Amino acid sequence: MNGPSRIAAGLWTSADEPVDFRFDGRALRGLRGDTLASALLANGVQLVGRSFKYHRPRGIVTAGAEEPCALVDVLRPGGREPNRPATTLPLQEGLIAESQNRWPSLRFDVRSIGNLAARFLPAGFYYKTFMAPGWAWERLYEPLIRRAAGLGRLDAAASDHAAPAETVHDHTDVLIVGAGAAGLAAAYALGRAGARVMLLEQDAGFGGGTLLDRRWQAWRETQSTVLAGLGNVRCLPRSCVVGAYGHGVYAALEGLTPGESALFRGLRERLHIIRARRVLLATGAIERLIAFPGNDLPGVMLAGAALAYLRRYGVTVGQRPACFVNSDEAYQTVFEFAAAGIDCAGVIDVRPESKAADCARALGIRVHSGAQVERVEGVHSVRRVRIARLAGGVGTLEADSLLMSGGYSPATALASHLGAHHNWLESIGAFAPLLDPRIGRVAGAARGCYGLAAAALDGAAAAAAMAAELGLATGPVLPAGDLPVDPDQTPMVPLWEVRGRGKAFVDLQNDVTTEDVRLAHREGYEHVEHMKRYTTHGMATDQGRIGGLVGSAVLAQARGLPVSEVGLPKARPYVQPLPFAALAGPETGLHFKPRRRLPLHDWHEAAGARFVSIGLWLRPLVYAPESEWEGVLREARAVRQSVGITDVSSLGKIDVQGPDAARFLDYMYANRFSTLPAGRARYGLMLREDGMLLDDGTTSRLGSDHFLITTTTANSGVVLEHMEFQQQAVCPHLDVLLSDVSDQWAQFAIAGPRSREVVAAVVSGLDLSNAAFPFMAASGATLAGVAGRVFRISFSGELAFELAVPAAHAMKVWSALLAAGKAFGIAPYGLDALNTLRIEKGHVTGAELNGNTTADDLGMQRMLKTTGDYVGRMLAQRPGLRSPERLQLVGLRPIDRSQRLRNGAQLIVPDAESRSLGYITSSTPSVELEGWVGLALLAGGRARTGQRLIATSPIHGERTEVGILSPHLIDPENARVRA
Amino acid sequence: MLRIECPWCGVRDETEFRYRGDASRSPPAATASLAEFCAQTYTRENPRGWHLEWWLHVGGCRKLLKVVRHTDTHEIHAVGHPHEALAVPMETRAP
Repeated sequence: MNGPSRIAAGLWTSADEPVDFRFDGRALRGLRGDTLASALLANGVQLVGRSFKYHRPRGIVTAGAEEPCALVDVLRPGGREPNRPATTLPLQEGLIAESQNRWPSLRFDVRSIGNLAARFLPAGFYYKTFMAPGWAWERLYEPLIRRAAGLGRLDAAASDHAAPAETVHDHTDVLIVGAGAAGLAAAYALGRAGARVMLLEQDAGFGGGTLLDRRWQAWRETQSTVLAGLGNVRCLPRSCVVGAYGHGVYAALEGLTPGESALFRGLRERLHIIRARRVLLATGAIERLIAFPGNDLPGVMLAGAALAYLRRYGVTVGQRPACFVNSDEAYQTVFEFAAAGIDCAGVIDVRPESKAADCARALGIRVHSGAQVERVEGVHSVRRVRIARLAGGVGTLEADSLLMSGGYSPATALASHLGAHHNWLESIGAFAPLLDPRIGRVAGAARGCYGLAAAALDGAAAAAAMAAELGLATGPVLPAGDLPVDPDQTPMVPLWEVRGRGKAFVDLQNDVTTEDVRLAHREGYEHVEHMKRYTTHGMATDQGRIGGLVGSAVLAQARGLPVSEVGLPKARPYVQPLPFAALAGPETGLHFKPRRRLPLHDWHEAAGARFVSIGLWLRPLVYAPESEWEGVLREARAVRQSVGITDVSSLGKIDVQGPDAARFLDYMYANRFSTLPAGRARYGLMLREDGMLLDDGTTSRLGSDHFLITTTTANSGVVLEHMEFQQQAVCPHLDVLLSDVSDQWAQFAIAGPRSREVVAAVVSGLDLSNAAFPFMAASGATLAGVAGRVFRISFSGELAFELAVPAAHAMKVWSALLAAGKAFGIAPYGLDALNTLRIEKGHVTGAELNGNTTADDLGMQRMLKTTGDYVGRMLAQRPGLRSPERLQLVGLRPIDRSQRLRNGAQLIVPDAESRSLGYITSSTPSVELEGWVGLALLAGGRARTGQRLIATSPIHGERTEVGILSPHLIDPENARVRA
Repeated sequence: MLRIECPWCGVRDETEFRYRGDASRSPPAATASLAEFCAQTYTRENPRGWHLEWWLHVGGCRKLLKVVRHTDTHEIHAVGHPHEALAVPMETRAP
């Protein structure tokens, strides 16, 4: 019998707990403790997917998160989850998984014909081949490529796996990443020293490399027992630190077991945001592939992964494996397989001699020293291994699998996130990171310190140094006598590639070959970052971890440089893929974007209002179910003819107090407030530092040292920050305090010719006659028994009042106003009607105060004071901003009154091939004039008053002749507001 | 993510603050020329190195802070009140 099978009991599997699952429709059985990958191997399944570009058959290559090939779709009741590495997917009862990227079946894939056409699909082929003609990309190339290439599939309708997720925040003294020999020793030392420690391990069990060496079992169990008893050490398995963000902030994804998941309403993953004073990176090292022809055939696996399957799950990857190695570390696999009774087809060692090879020979294993694998043969799995001696001579080994090891590279991704410098270590043929000790330390194999005892001692030493830095007394460090001794080893010899006929892959996930790297170099992509992007080497879910350095080495060889000078591409978060659902956590829906409700929200809802979101506020748009203009015009007409009431509580309100309040406002506003008498309000313009308009609103002087500012709803936060910044940075000498009182006050506008009568019925202690309380008056008053404020200000252009009351009393006063207005047919009006009214009047809002307009553009130049300093004063006077050709605010109406206007329509000169002269910013059917009215920003607009232009909206196929007018289409003399 | 030690509130996450730009330039005097105003508003050094900047603690005490931050390593050398003279390290790169 050939191929993989289960031959023994594993450390992590329970032989008496079978688990049934399905893969590509086949019913299979594994054991509790298996991953999907180990269960597939136990069932003899070697072929698990097709490759990204060439659709070549692929098998399982690794035993962890670095897996490039064995990605599967997991089918759950709610949908399909793509790209899960089978090597980290815990086997669960009823699991249904499917292989990816094959059609119609995994064994017979029509598109592997791409393999034959591979010479036409070199690196950069997207850029080169599919360039022209332009139309062809969308209609021809992209659909073709999308069908042929790609990894998993997403269900368009799937939403279930986005369901439960949570984010937790952790604080700790030391975050230890990785629970191998170094991480366990460090956690033990720091835990004993009294530090708060979090120990995170991405695998299901602690131990790392010690799991692969039976001599370390006792030590590992002792450490784990002691750690479990330390209250200051938290140990999290199945938790991968996916990003390091500086200032001690780290993100980790914890996978929950089915048992935990059941306790937390189906929660599968938990995102930890960890704030740590120091980090200790004990992330170990990752075994490298060797680039030889056929190194992607199912049955070719990393030697360390084969050992992991044997030790953890009792699964052998083959019955007659050959091994291709360049270091003594890899012989551990050879010895363990021999001990398990597996017959080795032979070891191919590129080195002329080594201590480990001598030991292997003593066990009766055939070692071909000074040789290398020329290629591997087979269709869907390994059949034969062709070898060549460096001194000359070839041979063939009959084998059903090939275990390769090109040495180990420290896992440097997190150190790279933290900006660590990487040193080349000749002894291991790899880069090792050097971290600023104020951030943390790197220990064990993660910094090239290989050998389990060496790593444990290194972890303990790093922990001792860190404890001292944190001001902790260093406790007992390590039971040194208990450490098994690291074997004496012959140094490794770097081996990156074996050149020959056939594809040799440096990146199995993206189908990048050694020839692709050389092609990138020939075409000028010499820098490793350019080569990465041109070839896609090192991208996607596995980040090319097992072949990253091999690609650099091939590039280095092409450039004639040592690898140390070519380097690795910069690693960025995330270390491994994580679901969007985990990133979002509970911040979905209304938790993502909260809603602010007006104090009278329930009343508006009961009155049939449709709402619109402005900023975060829900404001009534119109109190009618109709989607057309009928309801809006009815509400606006009530204001023009009698009286209406609207809720403006969402306006920003800033209370300004202090002896220097008036001086401060003079500096903040382009117009003057120090001359405003108490009991009066004034419209104000606020500029940015660059002289453009920031916001407008009325400011009332409630006392000599007391002002109340109103801002637009959407800008209230921006205005407050702007004022706070100016006050603290520029005017600290002014004695003034700012307080946001937006939520404390409800505010209503009562507008229309009958509004005085309605307000008078509610207000006591205030004479509202025109003489006593003229336009722009402001006063405290008692409103329906509630202490509040009355302002005579108008946005609608009618006689109007705004009443402010503490938010808790909003309903009482609102009800009293409705009762008082009943005789006049008072009706609430929404934001749409308010908009109609202000457009007719020529008042501006966000559409005109759009960040690109100046006071002059909006016809308010004369409001700018000519003496005294204020924010934006000088830059507002730049000659370009005073140009008569700038876009200026104008009003407009269609010549044919039956035609409509559209916001965004461009204004052009009739019949000429005119460029746009401006655009319509706001438009509405009018209640007072016939047809539509609008406001526009028009180049040299004021000088064009009286002209006829075309408003064109090509996407609607409309060309409307319009007449340019003053923006004040009704009551330009302001007689009504002063009535 | 930056962690900024607010003198009023203690160490807080960057998400509580609003960046308010370069703090190395003081606002021009009211009598300054248009050219000086333009330079103050638009011209920035954009250093790779130490940078004096404003941060407003909008999610906390709403106080304005002056921060010396390294634009490459993100190291924060000092945090102070708006009118405190903070020493900016001489070296352009953090150790």
